[in-house]
Amino acid sequence: MRDLTLTVRRGEIFGFLGPNGAGKSTSIKMLLGLARPTSGEASVLGVPAGDVEIRRRIGFLPEHFRFYEWLTPPELLHLHGRLSGVSEALLVKRVPALIDLVGLTPHSDKRLQNFSKGMLQRIGLAQALVHQPELIFLDEPTSGLDPLGRRMVRDIIRAQRERGATVFLNSHILSEIEITCDEVVFIREGEVVTNRDLRAQHEEAVRVEVRARKLSPECVAGLGRWTTSVEVDEERLTLTAPSREPLPEILRHLVGSGAEVYQFTPQRLSLEELFMNIMGEDRGL
Amino acid sequence: MGVWIMAGITFREAARKKILWTALLAGAAFLLVFGIGLRFQISDFRNSSVPPFLRYQVVSAMLMIGLYTVDLLAVVMTTLTSVDTISGEITSGTIHAIATKPLPRWQILVGKWLGFVAMAGVYVAMMFGGAIAEGYWIGGVMAQHPVRGGLLVFLECVTALSVTFLFGTWFSTLTSGVITLGLLGVAFLGGWLEQMSGFTEGSRLAIVGIVSSLIMPSEAIWRRAAFEMESPLSGSLQFSPFADVSIPSVAMIGYAVVYLLIALAIAVYHFGERDL
Repeated sequence: MRDLTLTVRRGEIFGFLGPNGAGKSTSIKMLLGLARPTSGEASVLGVPAGDVEIRRRIGFLPEHFRFYEWLTPPELLHLHGRLSGVSEALLVKRVPALIDLVGLTPHSDKRLQNFSKGMLQRIGLAQALVHQPELIFLDEPTSGLDPLGRRMVRDIIRAQRERGATVFLNSHILSEIEITCDEVVFIREGEVVTNRDLRAQHEEAVRVEVRARKLSPECVAGLGRWTTSVEVDEERLTLTAPSREPLPEILRHLVGSGAEVYQFTPQRLSLEELFMNIMGEDRGL
Repeated sequence: MGVWIMAGITFREAARKKILWTALLAGAAFLLVFGIGLRFQISDFRNSSVPPFLRYQVVSAMLMIGLYTVDLLAVVMTTLTSVDTISGEITSGTIHAIATKPLPRWQILVGKWLGFVAMAGVYVAMMFGGAIAEGYWIGGVMAQHPVRGGLLVFLECVTALSVTFLFGTWFSTLTSGVITLGLLGVAFLGGWLEQMSGFTEGSRLAIVGIVSSLIMPSEAIWRRAAFEMESPLSGSLQFSPFADVSIPSVAMIGYAVVYLLIALAIAVYHFGERDL
């Protein structure tokens, strides 16, 4: 890692993106005290990263969650709850609810050795939540999960935000990040390349592909009121607006100017396209 | 609190390892063979003219050999069951879910150590107690100081365990296992060389033995245990392979305790400092 500067606001779902070897897991390890930075500093919930006591307020799902295979889900959650300082009386109430939340109630009596990768991810997520942490680090929480499982994880993450928790999410599944996160940061080779506020997507510039006949020069010139650029190629018109807000006005202007509009397609770069543009397609995910 | 939770879960984890059950099966097989051997020997004595004094010495020597077998089984079992508890969990990532909990790393390591100490204690108590009981009920002989002997064998196991933990925080499972077993081998050889040195005045073998014991005091602990358990007559007559030819001093036992504590302290320090 080098020159990595991040700020995560409380109560948001923060996406941490980057290609393999970018330093995502290393960053999480440093924030959790599993690895020590050679230089620099980080604070988590207002105290230096790695502080032992602050971990009572932090939950963590490792990328490949593994634990003693002979434990059943309730035993595992009781153990992790006790290690996190939760009283046995609270755990008695909380554990069955958590197992139900991650959809493992029918498998409560099974030992982890009989669990699939997806089921291990689910119980791993439950152990990260057993002490109701304020900050939750999730490293690839949906890897190994089927679409229903991904949906469940997404709902749980959102519920945690509703509860007031902050979620630090590291995932390769960009569509999941796009749906779930409030803000994302792209890193490469240990450095932040760019960040993006997904809450403000409607305020971002948008490109519109238009196919229309009878486009008069006056009509095209009149588009300048709402657009930042306009390109005309016979019946094809490509324009860029600063946000989605003026799109109805633009369409009304085109039709009102006598143009016969066959296609009006606003285009926004998906997170995956943005990721590819930033990282280069040859780098892989 | 965290220490005891870790100790409890480690004990349960250790109790489920196949190597422990294999060692228990091997121990049960040993106790069976030992018991049969003792019974045959006693039966043969009834039909012979061997004087009672000599009979007693022969059965006592058999008991010592049996206890030495228990000692070897216990030390090897302790080493093999614990060898992957640190390095293996670091490699698999299992440690990540524990080391991010609100407990200092020393509590994780010491808790695990205590879990294996308890397991070694149970194993030694079962096997050692079984051999002593067979010697008494079948052979009619009793070790001179069985509790001292048992505690020393337990101390030997804890010493091997601490060395295993030390290397487990530095190296992979395989490497730390090879190093620990190698050190036990050095101690084994050195102990016997020192024992043989007692037959000649000023033998340089004694120096080799002492240096070996300083590098790894496990065999010295056993020889002290043998001295504590053997009957004084049998020892002075040099009737058994563990006769008191060269007896490790009490100071050597003190050295062993300091040795294991230092090994554990270094393991704690390095585990606390390293990246996981």
